[in-house]
Amino acid sequence: MIRKKSKKGAFIALTCVVAFLALIVLMENLTALVPGAPAVFKPTSQLFVVLKKTAVYALAAVSMNLLTGFTGLFSLGTAGFMLLGAYTYAILTVPMASKDQVYYLFGGSAVKFSLPDLFGGADTVPGLVLGVLIAIILAGCVATVFAWLIGLPVLRLKSDYLAIATLGFAEIIRAVFQWQKLGPVTNGANMLKNFPIFSSFNIKDAGGKVILRLSTFVPFLIAIVCIALIVMLINSSYGRAFKSIREDEIAAEAMGINLFKHKQMSFCISAFFTGIAGALFAMYATNAQAKPFTSAMTYEILLIVVIGGIGSVTGSCLATFLYVACSEWWLRFLDNEIILASGLKVPFLRAGFRMVVFSIIIMVVVLFFRRGIMGTKELPDLFKRKRKEGAK
Amino acid sequence: MEYIISVLLSGVSVGGQYALIAIGYTMVYGILRLINFAHGDVFMVAGLMGIYLSASMPLYVALPLVIVLTAVLAFCIERVAYKPLRSAPRMSVMISAIGVSYLLQNTATYITGAQPMTYPTIPFLSDTVVIAGTPTKWAVLLTPVLVLALVIGLTQLINHTKVGMAMRAVSKDFETAQLMGIKINNTISATFVIGSLLAAVGSVLYFTNYTAVTPTIGALPGLKAFVAAVFGGIGSIPGAVIGAFIIGICETIIKGLPAAWDVSVFSDAFTFALLIIVLVFKPTGLFGEKATDKV
Repeated sequence: MIRKKSKKGAFIALTCVVAFLALIVLMENLTALVPGAPAVFKPTSQLFVVLKKTAVYALAAVSMNLLTGFTGLFSLGTAGFMLLGAYTYAILTVPMASKDQVYYLFGGSAVKFSLPDLFGGADTVPGLVLGVLIAIILAGCVATVFAWLIGLPVLRLKSDYLAIATLGFAEIIRAVFQWQKLGPVTNGANMLKNFPIFSSFNIKDAGGKVILRLSTFVPFLIAIVCIALIVMLINSSYGRAFKSIREDEIAAEAMGINLFKHKQMSFCISAFFTGIAGALFAMYATNAQAKPFTSAMTYEILLIVVIGGIGSVTGSCLATFLYVACSEWWLRFLDNEIILASGLKVPFLRAGFRMVVFSIIIMVVVLFFRRGIMGTKELPDLFKRKRKEGAK
Repeated sequence: MEYIISVLLSGVSVGGQYALIAIGYTMVYGILRLINFAHGDVFMVAGLMGIYLSASMPLYVALPLVIVLTAVLAFCIERVAYKPLRSAPRMSVMISAIGVSYLLQNTATYITGAQPMTYPTIPFLSDTVVIAGTPTKWAVLLTPVLVLALVIGLTQLINHTKVGMAMRAVSKDFETAQLMGIKINNTISATFVIGSLLAAVGSVLYFTNYTAVTPTIGALPGLKAFVAAVFGGIGSIPGAVIGAFIIGICETIIKGLPAAWDVSVFSDAFTFALLIIVLVFKPTGLFGEKATDKV
């Protein structure tokens, strides 16, 4: 499918994105503007936790989709690259003032600078924005370098062997980062903390009172910029080369596509954005440690990609929101015991039941929507079809 | 010397336990080309069933019942989660496996209340025996013997019975086998049942050694057993067994290295490093069949 480049389409997409970002800012500040706003929009509401996590996971899912859905490389290294990104970000942005406190077990850090402090400290606007931005980009770069190195031997493998080799790589990285001897840099098995997080971006007045909340806007902005870059890549000539590799490696090679070079490129670019997602994850979790980056995390993101539809960017984003909201928010009532008015206790409800129901929902989706909720379609495609049907 | 013997002994026994799980992975992969991510969790469920059943009935009833129930569980999983997807893309089936793994883990968390449970002590298996001056459990000694016996039995089954022949045919070519009148669904179910029987035996041996059972305990042994299967060339049963023994022994040796080197965190990482190295030089594992692409 070759899509004609149309300025109109790009313009509509841009407007939608800007409107969406404005909506996010509005939602987060609704309680400050309108006193009687519903409780969902309170800053402490689960809604914003879900939205932040959605932004982080959507980026990770889309970059996995670039690899699995568009290049046909089945890699399970996502958690490893996210870990690299999270640690790079955290190591570079822990403020000088709290280094001794964070690294107290190792008598201070081996990294004698902190990016936000170089630009005037994390309390100032240039220090925060420039420091965080550079750290995030470097997080992506570190993941890319490792991806390039691991890609050299591993990308020659086929399908499942590639998957298990990248999964192994992620586990190796996790072990290395927990090694006590690297403690002065990675803080061993302990967590890194006190670095700038999403809520550091809230604009405060002199008294420390929050004027404008941007803590949900920032992850969305970064994620949307990255996803837009990925979409532009997919629609470029490189993207078409990737898709041809997915369809048939041998035919693609016969058409003059350098298989290894393109696979390596796709792998590295995907790792770059996964690294950025990792940095965002560190900001979301307000700490960085190796524990959460297990293979279970990779499976989670793989689930999201497949539920959204392999080869659909908007599908991945949509599925991320549904997945995160379902697991963290909508089903939460199942964890508490409910006693009906007649004194009857609703059976089964107690801690842990939410996840059982959630996994049953996942199984149902997997069994009945084989191609995911979107298939290989994008969101605009759905509108197009509707318009055509309407014209008939 | 005694130290070396004890390390080697536990290495061989860990390897044997991985081998019992790895056979399940390799057989299913051989037939369906599916990485059965739920296999490690079936192993965990077998452990939990051992705990609950042995609390209410004598061990000589409970243990065979555990093995039978595990087979029933695997049969149901195959029928519900994998069979409807037989014609779907390979990725969907794998996702279904991940979904089943989620379901088993979450259900186990729900039932146990996320508390680690303690595996019952099995008389004889848990007794201590002294070999060359090193005390060890009977389970450790029995594991390799039992593994060898089961593997020999299994190869006999695959090479000399009708079911075995059907399995070999299905793993060679799915559609042709169907045309030759082989009941594919029964054959696949049989594969799952055999794999889970072995995993149940493995769980009895494994949890006699490490008695705490948690809902996520199946993940790591499962992953390592899968690595063992890939290492030996996935689809090949002797390959899986040899791979499992190599990985088990290497892992315990690294764990047993002097504490001053501080390398024990790498015992899992080493498994994967070994895997990557082997795959780079032999992309289909040690005993794997070489796949040829037709244009």
